[in-house]
Amino acid sequence: MLSRTADNMYWLARYVERAEYLARILEATQRLAAVPTSAGATTNEWESAVATAGCAAAFFSAHKAANEQTVTDFLAFSPDNPSSIRSCFEVARANARSVRTALTMEMWDAINGTWLELQKLGSGPASREQFATFLRWVQESSLRFDGSAYRTMLRNDSYWFSRLGVFMERADNTARILDVKYHLLLPPQEHVGGPLDYFQWAAILRSVSALTAYHWVYRQSLKPWLIADLLMLNDQMPRSLASCYAHLVEHLDNIARAYSRQGPAQRHARLVRTRLVNSRMEEIFKTGLHEFIGGFISDNNRLGALITEQYLL
Amino acid sequence: MSAAFDEMNGKDGLTRAAYRELAGWLGKVPPDTLQQRRREAELLFRRIGITFAVYGEAESTERLIPFDVVPRILAANEWETVKRGLEQRTKAINLYIKDIYGKREVLRAGIVPEDLVFQNPVFRPEMNGQRVPHDIYVFIAGIDIVRVDADTFYVLEDNTRTPSGVSYMLENREIMLRLFPDLFARHRVAPVENYPDELLATLRSVAPVSAAAEPTIVLLTPGIYNSAYYEHSFLADKLGIELVEGRDLIVKGEVVYMRTTEGLKRVDVIYRRIDDDFLDPLSFRPDSALGVPGIMSAYLAGNVTLTNAVGTGVADDKAVYSYMPEIVKFYLGEEPILKNVPTWRCREVEHLSYVLDNLSELVVKEVHGSGGYGMLIGPKADKLAIEAFREKLKRDPRGFIAQPTLALSTVPTLVDEGLAPRHVDLRPFVLTGRDRIRIVPGGLTRVALKSGSLVVNSSQGGGTKDTWVLDS
Repeated sequence: MLSRTADNMYWLARYVERAEYLARILEATQRLAAVPTSAGATTNEWESAVATAGCAAAFFSAHKAANEQTVTDFLAFSPDNPSSIRSCFEVARANARSVRTALTMEMWDAINGTWLELQKLGSGPASREQFATFLRWVQESSLRFDGSAYRTMLRNDSYWFSRLGVFMERADNTARILDVKYHLLLPPQEHVGGPLDYFQWAAILRSVSALTAYHWVYRQSLKPWLIADLLMLNDQMPRSLASCYAHLVEHLDNIARAYSRQGPAQRHARLVRTRLVNSRMEEIFKTGLHEFIGGFISDNNRLGALITEQYLL
Repeated sequence: MSAAFDEMNGKDGLTRAAYRELAGWLGKVPPDTLQQRRREAELLFRRIGITFAVYGEAESTERLIPFDVVPRILAANEWETVKRGLEQRTKAINLYIKDIYGKREVLRAGIVPEDLVFQNPVFRPEMNGQRVPHDIYVFIAGIDIVRVDADTFYVLEDNTRTPSGVSYMLENREIMLRLFPDLFARHRVAPVENYPDELLATLRSVAPVSAAAEPTIVLLTPGIYNSAYYEHSFLADKLGIELVEGRDLIVKGEVVYMRTTEGLKRVDVIYRRIDDDFLDPLSFRPDSALGVPGIMSAYLAGNVTLTNAVGTGVADDKAVYSYMPEIVKFYLGEEPILKNVPTWRCREVEHLSYVLDNLSELVVKEVHGSGGYGMLIGPKADKLAIEAFREKLKRDPRGFIAQPTLALSTVPTLVDEGLAPRHVDLRPFVLTGRDRIRIVPGGLTRVALKSGSLVVNSSQGGGTKDTWVLDS
């Protein structure tokens, strides 16, 4: 297939995934900000949301203070923020338009329908209730697009590049939450927990839709180190780093088989995956959680660069 | 201007045979139902994403071309005549272009004035003395036809460069089949759905001799900002070929390749929907970012077929148009089956003075214009506009031709107040391959939605209809 088509498929999937992630962050933050401050909250949840979205620098060059109004506007609706939900869908649809022929009718319908709805929305909903509805709609739109791709696409390179986009973005997003919140997830002896922590932990799980999953896997109350385990090493958990890399390796292998050629992207993805498979949380805490996550983020960026070099140029 | 010929009701109000079934049905169907179907059609089109960028309307870069749910019907024998006329005309056009870039017998015989060719900006000296694969220049033509009475069809324009609109022909049929299965059950409508197959067969037949048995065919688009981008992607999809932009192609050693995820892949046939000017920055406009540097070298070396060929514009200029009946006679020795609209060439002194004396009754068009821009429709223009145009015309008579205001035929059309006659034209698509000419029955019917308007161009408020050719 055309390199440009593969590139568009890849970024189309990435941007839809990113829009969903932003909606989850905003939803979790909204909940967290509603927790009574009598519990001793001092952190600014809205500021933390901007950091988790990975656009703190851009935000603070546009706004002085991070509060509900400025952050929701910036992350959800601002046309000036290239990673706002609105911009994500704009870029996703532009990509979809360029590869209209590589999409199934259902996928085009999903992304084009979302974009058309978004045009009607104007500068954003008027109330918190409407905003909550909007956030759910964003997640449903992403589910619809993803489900359409999963259920209607031929299993060929076009599909695999689209999947690579999903899992690259997902791995990046989960890693970024961990990077911003790692101090809440430290092992028992370092942990000084207050009642607020419970809400923080629940919010982290919610932003990757894993609150229920946690209970099913560990069958106990929220423990920060178990949350870290779930998000990093548990490959049953669809948004964990381990799961993302299991998929990345699988789809890169599919491509390599179809083209009868392995390359640096395949080798690097396998390396990262092996490292995740062989890691234990105790060791990661010993050598430093923050360092481990930092290392993963740069590894993940490197894989992105290798995929681009090998296929998308 | 006399009253227009209505294709359903004739001039005398008696329903014509081809429309009998439809007229009966329209008489019975509740008006609400039709309006309801119209809304459904609009929704379907919008969801599918048929969009159309209108030049100069920055605020709405994407807009829908209105679709009318009442079909336009042609009887089998009517279509047969049109079809033979189209084949004849296309053959003559291909011979003419070959001659212009070859022996130039038509110029020596004094049929067409030389300056009309050599001073035409779309004449491509690069093509002089070049052979193109299989001697075909115009593989895909969209020849605009209008009708003025029961028996008379005129050719209005020969679009021999990159004619568009065929996706609307196909989508219109698709939508009609969904909305009115009942109507199709009562008529024997000739299918148009095989157009992509016919186009693919045409493109495959014209691959360079050096190409592999399975030639690689691509569609070259200027990109998503082009007004016809939807059509480009639609066609590539139906044909099962790659939709490429200039940056996807690269020329090495006079061979064209596309960049794929598996490395470079050779390309044999390019259905290009990008104008000559932008095709190759090394040969034409150096500032073109849409084209492929060096593609002309590969083309002239015979390693790739471009459809349509470079330089076909010499045949669809409005000034050359007026010579087309003579051109048909010159190359084929036959009388033209399809007539030309009577045309005054303002370049000729007697013609010019006639035109200047009768501006308020004529349609005056720019020779190089398209899309219905820059023309004067005398009967609809006020004094001021006519005087302004008179000055323009006097300054550059060679730049204009004039035609009588035709009473274009009308077809019943659904408007807010109900059914009303609206003027239509027809753009059939003529495919010329190495083996034969292929034309799917019908084409794209465009309709001027404003009451009394004769301008059917979608950029100026025109809409489209499904076109039915009835099987005999």
